[in-house]
Amino acid sequence: MSESLLQAPPAAEAFANQPDWLREARQQAALRFDALPRPSRTDEAWRFSNLRAFDPQDFTPARPVALEVTDSLLPLSLGADSHAGSLVFANDKLVARTRSAVADQGVIWLPLEEAIEQHPELVQRYFMRSEALFGSAKHLALHQASVRTGTFLYVPKGVKVEAPLQAFHWIAGSGQSIFPHTLLIAEEGSSVTFVDWFKAHSDSRNLACGVHDLHVGQGAEVHYVSVQDWSRQTVALHSNATVVGAGGKAVHLSLHLGGSFARSESVSHLRGAGARSEMLAATVADGAQEFDQRTLQDHCSPDTSSDLLYKNALYDEAKTIFAGLIRVAPHAHRTDAYQKVRNLVLSAEAEAVSLPGLEILADQVRCSHGATTGEINAEELFYMQARGISERDAYRLITYGFLNEVIERLPENSLRVRLQEALQARLAGH
Amino acid sequence: MSTETLSQLDVDRTRGDFHYPEQHTFDAGSGLSHATVDYISNVKGEPDWIREFRHKALDVFFSKPMPTHWASEDLENIIFEKIRYYLANAQRPTRSWDEVPDDVKRTFERLGIPEQERKFLAGVEAQFDSEAVYSNMKKALGDQGVVFVGSTDGLKEHPELFKKWFGKVIPTGDNKFSALNSAVFSGGSFIYVPPGVKVKHPLQAYFRINAENFGQFERTLIIADEGSEVMYMEGCTAPKFETATLHSAVVELVALKGAKIQYVTVQNWSANVFNLVTKRAIAHEEAEVKWIDCNIGSRLTMKYPGVILKGRKARGEVLSIALANNGQHQDTGAKMIHAADETTSNIIAKSISIGKGRSSYRGLVHIPKHLKGCKNNTECDALLINSTSRTDTYPAITVRGSGNSVQHEASVSQVSAEQIFYMQQRGLSEAQAMSLSVNGFVNDLVREFPMEYSVELKRLIDLEMEDSVG
Repeated sequence: MSESLLQAPPAAEAFANQPDWLREARQQAALRFDALPRPSRTDEAWRFSNLRAFDPQDFTPARPVALEVTDSLLPLSLGADSHAGSLVFANDKLVARTRSAVADQGVIWLPLEEAIEQHPELVQRYFMRSEALFGSAKHLALHQASVRTGTFLYVPKGVKVEAPLQAFHWIAGSGQSIFPHTLLIAEEGSSVTFVDWFKAHSDSRNLACGVHDLHVGQGAEVHYVSVQDWSRQTVALHSNATVVGAGGKAVHLSLHLGGSFARSESVSHLRGAGARSEMLAATVADGAQEFDQRTLQDHCSPDTSSDLLYKNALYDEAKTIFAGLIRVAPHAHRTDAYQKVRNLVLSAEAEAVSLPGLEILADQVRCSHGATTGEINAEELFYMQARGISERDAYRLITYGFLNEVIERLPENSLRVRLQEALQARLAGH
Repeated sequence: MSTETLSQLDVDRTRGDFHYPEQHTFDAGSGLSHATVDYISNVKGEPDWIREFRHKALDVFFSKPMPTHWASEDLENIIFEKIRYYLANAQRPTRSWDEVPDDVKRTFERLGIPEQERKFLAGVEAQFDSEAVYSNMKKALGDQGVVFVGSTDGLKEHPELFKKWFGKVIPTGDNKFSALNSAVFSGGSFIYVPPGVKVKHPLQAYFRINAENFGQFERTLIIADEGSEVMYMEGCTAPKFETATLHSAVVELVALKGAKIQYVTVQNWSANVFNLVTKRAIAHEEAEVKWIDCNIGSRLTMKYPGVILKGRKARGEVLSIALANNGQHQDTGAKMIHAADETTSNIIAKSISIGKGRSSYRGLVHIPKHLKGCKNNTECDALLINSTSRTDTYPAITVRGSGNSVQHEASVSQVSAEQIFYMQQRGLSEAQAMSLSVNGFVNDLVREFPMEYSVELKRLIDLEMEDSVG
């Protein structure tokens, strides 16, 4: 990452009426970013990673897009049929929002800069409170110093939002950097589904460095879906931290489709007794794409459970890295944790790396992981071909079925359909 | 369990815990420098190429950092300046027990070595501190051309064979401790099995540390020529000293076309020993290498036996059992490097953590591109006995290209209270019930072991479980 990444507009320009604590935090972050060393391959957190993706590049903070570009983006920012509200951002600037009835339920649903103005205490309590894991301190600092907008979603105690809320983050132009942010707080007993769509206006090289944090209160239930569909030349770094309170439940599903080098880091801190987290991801990797996935299932309380399922389909010379850890702290007794990564290798050159880990320091736990890497079963192919399906279609159908198993885990039907369409579109060329 | 089977093998921790006063003729003193290397080389009367090899290795050792960015920080507690790197009475092992010095003889007799040799072994080598004191093999094997000697003799008597393979499977710079071994190695076995010869009975080596503040650095090289078969077993003990002892071996196996090597280890070092061992095999076409690795003793063991599957249809296997009790960290695992088509590998690792013990599995499975029909299966199961016990699993699996199949599974579980209750209802004590459960946990793996070892292992587990409940 180059120095030029830091030539962001002064923080005061980013947020009008920026409170002192935020100005200071951002200045500190900028200093931290300068001081921290670049990741090296001897860091366990970057093992097998292609660090050339971090060579200095001429990315500059994204400039506002032209009106006609915005006009072309809006018809493509639809999402699920039955959504309860949308925010549309282009190059880190809010360009459209739909009227939403959720405000009537007391839900705060705002772009981050408005939330800072209207609810500074709430933002201060939750904004970038997670420690940097996965050797990501440097790019988290970059994000904190450079973030300009994003989604702030606060669901009060007991409120249940039925239809999904969604945000679109577009990037347009080339050599631009954006810093999408998601901050979701679900108070005790509430429930909500939120979707982030990450999309590119054109097939050019840009940088996206996002932070997506979820705070799931006692007995609350959150579904968070992210569809990463950046251009095939984009360098993408996405960090997610989810904190789940007692009896709460978080489901985080990611669809990874775009990017030249796309790193996604995801941690679930199961903080309260009986907390549950599901971590799901489906990835299509082709060309020279590299997907670098790091996860942590952090069991810090008794009777917590987690279930991770990551599936990767690899074509051409693509590479995927999955490094996941289940960590069970002392006293987190009766933990039930599961982790499964499955790689479907569809070419002679693709490479799948799996690093599934366990660190267990408690008693009466049930933890297991499985990692498999293989190709399409010849019998399945034969079965389809015998029924008149061409080999190429059979390959694609089996691959789709393999990944769709992840999407099927989502309860919300209209959203599921949109994700399946995105997956089908992505596989269409194969 | 009959008393006869008990006495057949000795890996009992208490029986190894004794030592005799030192009477060493050769002592390289404490600390490590190029002078230490020269001392060892002079005493052994080695050719120049070995002396040079040692000096270069020492430089590599000095230049390499401790691997504490991923490994246990307990490594920092090894004080290299305080360790004695070479201690020996004589340079040549005897072929007869009668000529072995009395106190050394008593040591091995207490450990039951001569008895075992008579009963079922094809050959025995006994190493006491730095050098082998006794080495013998059944005459018939010698007539078939089988070589089983110490590494020093192997170098002197079979220089071409030795030079051809020595340091080729595990290069000096592989890791800090392989470099250390390469600089100061002494003892260990050199085995050559000629083409087509199948050694029916196992060859055994016995490693004993008697001295305090000592480092044992044996070096073993086994070459199984085309179509031959051999099984090698090693056992090890040391008395409990207040200070740390270092054991850092390098073991290289070469299985040529169609050869089979089985290498069995029952490691029962006392709980003050740092056991940092590099073990690796090369399997040529259709060859099979099987590591059976049981780690019960030591303070910290770091050992990941590996197989480089170099020839088509080669097969590698690691069966590993680790038991970590209070004050112990068993950091063990396996490496399988697939380098040819249709190679297969299998790793089954079971670990048991008791009290404050910690066991870790670390594995590497590598299938580079353009290979077809490679298969790996890995299973890691961990059993936690107490709430203070810890277990970790850190595998790394890289697969390039379609046409290969890899599966890895790991699980962590406990002995369930219901099981224990069920057995107690039927009159077993809690400790007996616990032992039975743990033995059941490892049973399917132990069945794969040579019979003598499975019996012994069960007994050891019983011993370890005695104080673990309540």
